[in-house]
Amino acid sequence: MAGLSFDLIALQLFAGLALGAIYVLFAIGLSLIFGMLTVVNFAHGAFYMVGAYVGLYLISLGGNFWLCLVAVPLLIGLFGLAVERVLIRPLYGRGIDYPLLLTFGLSYVMVECVRIAFGKTGYPFDTPEVLQGAVNIGVGYFPLYRLFVIGATAAVLLALWLFLEKTSFGLIIRAGARDPQIVRVLGVDVSRVWLIVFGIGTAIAGFAGLLAAPLQGVIPEMGGTILAEAFVVTVIGGMGSIGGAVLAGLLVGVVVSMTSLFAPEMAKVSIFALMAIVLIVRPQGFFGRAGLLS
Amino acid sequence: MTEATDSLDKSRTATFSWYDFATRHRASLAAAVILIFPLVMPFTALAVNILIYGLYALGFNLVFGYLGLLSFGHAALLGTGAYFCGIAIVHFGWPWYAAIAAGVVGGLVMALVIGVLAIRTRGIYFAMVTMALSQCAYYLFYQAVDWTGGENGLRGINVRTIDLFGLRLDFINPMIRYYVIAAFVIAAFFVMSRILASPFGAVIEAVRENEMRARASGYDVTLTRLLTFVLSGGFCGLAGALQALHLSIVPIEILHYETSGLVVMIALLGGMGTFFGPMIGAAVFLILENVVSVWTVHWQLIVGAIFIACVLFFPAGIWGTLIARGRR
Repeated sequence: MAGLSFDLIALQLFAGLALGAIYVLFAIGLSLIFGMLTVVNFAHGAFYMVGAYVGLYLISLGGNFWLCLVAVPLLIGLFGLAVERVLIRPLYGRGIDYPLLLTFGLSYVMVECVRIAFGKTGYPFDTPEVLQGAVNIGVGYFPLYRLFVIGATAAVLLALWLFLEKTSFGLIIRAGARDPQIVRVLGVDVSRVWLIVFGIGTAIAGFAGLLAAPLQGVIPEMGGTILAEAFVVTVIGGMGSIGGAVLAGLLVGVVVSMTSLFAPEMAKVSIFALMAIVLIVRPQGFFGRAGLLS
Repeated sequence: MTEATDSLDKSRTATFSWYDFATRHRASLAAAVILIFPLVMPFTALAVNILIYGLYALGFNLVFGYLGLLSFGHAALLGTGAYFCGIAIVHFGWPWYAAIAAGVVGGLVMALVIGVLAIRTRGIYFAMVTMALSQCAYYLFYQAVDWTGGENGLRGINVRTIDLFGLRLDFINPMIRYYVIAAFVIAAFFVMSRILASPFGAVIEAVRENEMRARASGYDVTLTRLLTFVLSGGFCGLAGALQALHLSIVPIEILHYETSGLVVMIALLGGMGTFFGPMIGAAVFLILENVVSVWTVHWQLIVGAIFIACVLFFPAGIWGTLIARGRR
């Protein structure tokens, strides 16, 4: 087959990385929240979806895309703070299933509110003008916007890494993920740390939703699909591990992209097959700590 | 706190004998309620739905309430049961009873496949893995258009009469349809009651209460979990098969993850880990949906809000709260 040249495969690999970048951002927020709060945020997809809709709304008001890149994570993060403070905090210490169930109910409310405000049908989301077109990346022309998605994700990862590794607050977060009780004994207000971590996680989800919007448009149900796929990413990468989320997110993106090239009908199922293999060979995932899940 | 653990608590049973009586004859009581139920309902189609979703929640509750594992993939078990039943009728022309059996087997097999993979994980992971695997089942059934009709759903499951030992029942008649389905649901209640009262039922709850201790007592925890999940699949498969017969169509939405979420809500609303909770939850949920849908299309908003309120203020559910009151 002449169509399957090296260049085509390389391009598809890059497309997979751009898709994977969205998974990475989504899964990192999920993982960060779980690692700290041991809360599986079933509303993460809803935060992602609301992020895209807030971006859509701000642009319709006359804002530009670059402003949205700053404003959307801020607004979604603030909303996340409120959710943690009002809804999730009363549930700490009441069993690990309750926050999960609550966030599941919350996702229903958020999706329906968006349906009321914006209607049931989806909207297209224009790629900002500067980022339209394609650039030659050596193996062929590649959409500029997808390149931007990869770059923006790398920037967020770098900022997050610097924050977690180089600041004293990051140190508290890392310590809190390992042993919240000791951190509390040392005089740190752990509930405030949890609040902020939830805010950061949801802010990243909103950012991911905004980045994904020009690639696939916005509809109220967009969060549900990616939530299941992000679970696959966290299972493969290992729950609560940021490095695992990055690696597994990119891997899942590339696998989806490659199977849609070679066997399109298997594209949706392939990542679940990948998850099944990982579960059989290494149930805790690539970087998962076995003890975290008991 | 569940009924079965209460019934072990012999020293206190004398103080609330009505409760003891209800526990001992729980399946018969459920049967009695189911038999008179359509007479008090405004229309039978709703009563049939309540039966089917009650059965679905009954199967789910075995895993969620009694085993203590939160599954977010039960739509796959219900859906496989419905599709197996529908395919047996549409593509193979099997009689209705063989098709129902096919549905139960479908639920069992799907539960075995999901269970083998998901049981390897623990705690909160279980919810995520079951949800992901049921999403995988959704795509598989969605793409097998020749067998399942894909997006349009599987159509043409026409069962007009129920023939049994020379008896010919008109399945189109809503009342007869209700009682045919009720017969299966009542049978399922008796089987469930038997399972929970058996030594194996005690092991299921032992695993939930203290995994380490159950293991130290010589029980195979992993096998218990897998078996319980597979049994749950049988109940849900039966519910799916009955649903297929009732609707004459299997919509692809039956496999959607919202169907998994629905049963979690029903079980929590009714009272998880209680025998009557799932049926009560299904009744309250579906009647409420019926009433609310009359004056607003945004039923999901109400569902979400009720669910949040349940988690925050009524984690024991309706029946669980009533039991707690009765005990006081």
